[in-house]
Amino acid sequence: MIWIVKNLWLIPALPLFAAGIIAVNKQPARKLAATLAIGSMALGFLLSLCAFSATLGHHGEGAFREVFSFNWIQFGGQWMDIGWVLDPLTAIMLVMVTFVGMLIFIFSVGYMAHDENFMRFFCFLALFASGMLGVVIANNLFLFFVSWEIVGLTSYLLIGFWYHKPSAAAAAKKAFITTRIGDLGLLLGMVWLYAQTGTLNFYTPEHTGCLETAALNTMLAAPPVAGFAVVTAIGLLIFLGAVGKSGQVPLHVWLPDAMEGPTPVSALIHAATMVAAGVFLVARVYPLMSIGGIIGAHGVPVTTSLTVITWVGAITAIFAASIAVAQNDIKRILAYSTVSQLGYMMMGLGVGGVAVGMFHLITHAFFKALLFLGSGSVIHGCHEEQDVRKMGGLKKYMPVTFAVYAVGMLALAGFPLFFSGFWSKDEILHSAHNWPVSHIPFLLGCTGALFTAFYMTRQVALVFFGSYRGHEDRSAHGHTAPDHSHSSEFHSHDPHESPAVMTVPLIILAGFAILLGFVGTPAWPWFDGYLTGEEFKLDFSKLAEPGTLGLMVASAAIVFTGLGLGWFLYGKRQRKTVAEKDVLEAAQPFIYKLLENKYFIDEIYEATVIRFNAFAARLCDFADQWIFGSAVLLVKYVTVGLAWLYRLTDEYFVNLGFDTGCEALREGGGGLSKLHTGRVQTYLRIIGVALVALIIFLIWGRKA
Amino acid sequence: MSPLQACLLISALLFAIGFAGAVTRRHAILVLIGIELMLNAANLNLIAFWRFSPHPEALTGFIFVLFSMAMAGAEAAVGLALIIAIYRHKKTSNLDEVKELKG
Repeated sequence: MIWIVKNLWLIPALPLFAAGIIAVNKQPARKLAATLAIGSMALGFLLSLCAFSATLGHHGEGAFREVFSFNWIQFGGQWMDIGWVLDPLTAIMLVMVTFVGMLIFIFSVGYMAHDENFMRFFCFLALFASGMLGVVIANNLFLFFVSWEIVGLTSYLLIGFWYHKPSAAAAAKKAFITTRIGDLGLLLGMVWLYAQTGTLNFYTPEHTGCLETAALNTMLAAPPVAGFAVVTAIGLLIFLGAVGKSGQVPLHVWLPDAMEGPTPVSALIHAATMVAAGVFLVARVYPLMSIGGIIGAHGVPVTTSLTVITWVGAITAIFAASIAVAQNDIKRILAYSTVSQLGYMMMGLGVGGVAVGMFHLITHAFFKALLFLGSGSVIHGCHEEQDVRKMGGLKKYMPVTFAVYAVGMLALAGFPLFFSGFWSKDEILHSAHNWPVSHIPFLLGCTGALFTAFYMTRQVALVFFGSYRGHEDRSAHGHTAPDHSHSSEFHSHDPHESPAVMTVPLIILAGFAILLGFVGTPAWPWFDGYLTGEEFKLDFSKLAEPGTLGLMVASAAIVFTGLGLGWFLYGKRQRKTVAEKDVLEAAQPFIYKLLENKYFIDEIYEATVIRFNAFAARLCDFADQWIFGSAVLLVKYVTVGLAWLYRLTDEYFVNLGFDTGCEALREGGGGLSKLHTGRVQTYLRIIGVALVALIIFLIWGRKA
Repeated sequence: MSPLQACLLISALLFAIGFAGAVTRRHAILVLIGIELMLNAANLNLIAFWRFSPHPEALTGFIFVLFSMAMAGAEAAVGLALIIAIYRHKKTSNLDEVKELKG
């Protein structure tokens, strides 16, 4: 066993220690906090690179996998194991999380520089990183779940970081509760899986893990429950956890609201890593999802679970992308874009297997982190303004941010050939095209791609092109913030470029947003080969195959259409004022309204789920007050009655006897103590009298 | 009345006088004197019983009384010393005022 496998736990443990040290430190030691957090991530990154290099060079001999487990908790005669697994899936995620995390930590130093709770922020960030890395290395669904919940907790803490804002507190609550619904599914799936296989270990050296052939075949043979094969039911329950965490329809509502947190948090947790944990979960339990399926034309299995995953992913992708078109908050646009991209990843997992979904996850992590940090830089530069209508013309003020943002935007939109997003999205569309079950996911995906290109162009056009509308807004509406009241100060409130501590991570991320695409092109499918351990070779002719080439051209055409449409509607003819109606709103007010209000999903939930919940709560309240309450009251009265009885017995029978006895003793003592005067002569007198009496008695007795 | 009876009567009278003095007097020294009287009444009894016993040549009662008187002297010395100590401490030798063990 390689040393790194045994010591893989160090990677999540380092940020955990950092978080602990920051938490117990009472002094406001900002430098220490930042150094610890960033240092632990940097060390983790180095270790991850070691782990990564250990998994390299195994092409053509099956997937590399080593596990390290030991006993953890005993219940009954069974032991729950704890352990970690090192395989390409873990290694690539480790490298991604630690690297992106490190860059975002560095960015946060600049972004949070003026926040008084700087230390708390870094403590939570480090704790988050630890949970996320735990999720990645876990070789056990139980450890996975524990880390998963740590991640959920820190997500809650960080969304509500500015808890004095009621909206942030509400968003944190919403995120926590919504993901909890999914987690319940995951928990049930986990328990069921344990009941079926008797183990929660993913892999073991003896091949007895729950994701290995023996256990999977046992589950396949189990009798179906309510029309579901057991393995499908477990798979779908586990997928429910992923739906909650990865913001898939219908549990996506929390993710856009999560943008109330500080921007680095949005970048790290709600774009790059945590929300990808759901996708990672599905990728991790992929053997469970795909067992017993019919192998399709391109070697991809088709099962009920995977079909559900595909549909949910496809619907999420188009659904969120269409909402993003009509949003005006810079971060909200990106949030819906994230939801949509997560849908793509799910779809990729469903139609193409682990490599397809994971490739998009990795590339997306880099360019979405880039976009979010870029938007953070924009917000920072525009004095905490988030409304794209009040920006404009920032190209002039923030050239570096503009350049990197453009890279991220082109990667997300899937600009052909030179950006990573193109290759990863193309792979998903390619697999969807070959999916034997239905063509609709493919069409939905293509439409989603069109929307993606469109809304990103709209956003960039509104933010970076045209002229700055922030001043106009202030002079038109008096002032937006109390400290902007003097007109003479306007010049100092021009947007400004962010400091190097913020721009350098952006530039690095931009580099990766471009380069990463080339590890998974059809001509050189290194990523696919790396994850599956299969042989591959550099073959440019694959690019020119009719299916591949046609699809690439089609997807390029879609992207160009989206870009062109966006530029035509928003770039060429810039809006002049803040209050001006959106072009789409002018043309299609009804649809725009629908999209702007996110299909009224929140309102629908308000009217159905929440109302039902409130009704159930009232019912419980009623039951509590009248049924259980009266029972408790009855018990209370019985108890009080008995207590009365006891008291009476005590007071009038038991105590009375004792009291009398005590009183008599005390009085006797008092009487006797009167004899004890301390006068020696009195004693002597008594002795004398007693002596005389004794003598008289003796004499008298003798005579008698 | 035999000589022994006369002796015993004197001794009883002496004891009664001593006892009365010890009980009625308030002054510590007078009480001490009363006690000495009672002791001497007892000594007188011892001498009388020896002198009129069947074997007066054995000198037993005489020796006994000699020891007793030596003891009485020692006792008087200790008693006087105690009285002086009490007087120094309490500025009184009235026994009615000396009734507390706590000093």
